Amino acid sequence: MGMTMSQKILAAHAGKDQVKVGELIMADLDLVLGNDITTPVAIKEFSKMSVEGVFDKSKIAIVPDHFAPNKDIKAAEQCKLIREFAHDKEIENYFEMGQMGIEHVLLPEKGLVVSGNLVIGADSHTCTYGALGAFSTGVGSTDMAAGMATGKAWFKVPSAIKFNITGSMNEWVSGKDVILHIIGMIGVDGALYRSMEFSGPGLKNLTINDRFSMANMAIEAGAKNGIFAVDEITLDYVKKHSKKEYKVYEADSDAEYEQVYDIDLSKIEPTIAFPHLPDNTKTVDQAENIKIDQVVIGSCTNGRLEDLAVAAKILRGNQVKKGIRVIIFPATQKIFLQAMIKGYIETFIKAGCVVSTPTCGPCLGGHMGILAAKERAVATTNRNFIGRMGHVESEVYLASPAVAAASALTGYITDPRKVTVK
Amino acid sequence: MKAEGKVFKYGDNVDTDVIIPARHLNTSVPSELAKYCMEDIDADFVKKVQEGDIIVAEKNFGCGSSREHAPIAIKASGISCVIAATFARIFYRNSINIGLPIIECKEAAKDIEFGDQLKVNFDTGVIENITKNKSYQGQPFPEFMQKLIASGGLVAYVNKNIEQGEKDEL
Repeated sequence: MGMTMSQKILAAHAGKDQVKVGELIMADLDLVLGNDITTPVAIKEFSKMSVEGVFDKSKIAIVPDHFAPNKDIKAAEQCKLIREFAHDKEIENYFEMGQMGIEHVLLPEKGLVVSGNLVIGADSHTCTYGALGAFSTGVGSTDMAAGMATGKAWFKVPSAIKFNITGSMNEWVSGKDVILHIIGMIGVDGALYRSMEFSGPGLKNLTINDRFSMANMAIEAGAKNGIFAVDEITLDYVKKHSKKEYKVYEADSDAEYEQVYDIDLSKIEPTIAFPHLPDNTKTVDQAENIKIDQVVIGSCTNGRLEDLAVAAKILRGNQVKKGIRVIIFPATQKIFLQAMIKGYIETFIKAGCVVSTPTCGPCLGGHMGILAAKERAVATTNRNFIGRMGHVESEVYLASPAVAAASALTGYITDPRKVTVK
Repeated sequence: MKAEGKVFKYGDNVDTDVIIPARHLNTSVPSELAKYCMEDIDADFVKKVQEGDIIVAEKNFGCGSSREHAPIAIKASGISCVIAATFARIFYRNSINIGLPIIECKEAAKDIEFGDQLKVNFDTGVIENITKNKSYQGQPFPEFMQKLIASGGLVAYVNKNIEQGEKDEL
């Protein structure tokens, strides 16, 4: 019987010709990732394992990005612990401040993940690299520790849901709207334990940026991984960013899927996820008269240059509505610099936004943009759970960079098609 | 392995941000994390929980982030077992890896109420509701996971395999 793309990558990394749904396999890893929240726990578990060093110094990435720059003394201690571990174990891909960025944007940018790779990361949004045709999935710290020690992880072979993409998106619609629409359609556990596989003739109309945003939020539908068929757009990106050997896996024509959904990109509207779950979605026309206090543009979902370009296009020559706080955080140092060269940063500052160093901070209510009771934010981030960005009585509305930027100008959730672009 | 205790009952999609909010993730000490367990969904939990008590929830328990701090906080708070209709996959994996017993059982998740007294047998998956005088058949762990738990979690399992030189076997 045929295999899905995810199953093929798992089979190849387990040294098998064939795997079947539900089978437990032990597979070789191409990369193991951790951050400043999850790595300290992994280090504790790693120290209990009967190994001297890590399995491969070039196949581990450690990125202090959540509470970095250090938000308090405890966070500073955690960052110090992982810095010392990386130094002691001679981890080649430890990214200190100055080189660092939000892990899931940084790793592809640094060329550490390519098509066909098998990646685990002690961060749930590790599924982002599926945009490149890699099997990548989030795990916990103990799995990270075992991965660092042995270069292997156990997997239960997942079944899959296929999304057949057709058409092309309308102006001001992006990959973020597409994935919010899909999560709204299937629910926050709609893809539980399964792969979400994206393919079809419409893929050519999704930029690599759109695909990163979509694969990134596969976890928000409960998926084990989200993965895109590899095409010219993928290989352009991979070749431009990495010298690593890539491999293209294609789903068999007789691969079995639990479900197949047709997604016509031309029918997708700007979409918002209302509090307190990412599947609580409405199109922007149903989101009128929602007054906001804060706008956050950035994160591993939407902190890339293309996202900032959209925000800059809307904000250029305009002013943020009085009383609204707008925080923009480019995802990596490289993106920050490019945004500066292209004039986006100047646009943001002149419009009345603050621009932050790369960090996960506000997305998870860590630091740099915490909400008070009763406050509301429109954010291009990925979760709007109770208390996610601060006080338990605060609210987060998830949206695209275009909707977030348009809302910054009015103080209400706003359709980007209704603002005047100068 | 068995557990007995009273129930704390929750609904669908209990996420890791309410199990242990990110503002407390600047530490990984289990006893510290336990102080804030379930804080954003049930402020009374920490005051009322006793050693051996059981959390019962409906679908997709533990959705959201990969933070192992979530099952660690639950285990350190004294909870002996979590029963849910379904678990989010990273939470499921983390629980097995750190040795927090969990059982999937749709019927139990629907029927059991806050404060019920339960007896759980992990080997058979049988859940007895003493209060309601009923029992439910939960999904016991697959054999590999039972082996993993029996050897004391993933760390012990990895060490055993390294010593025996049979890394690749499940």
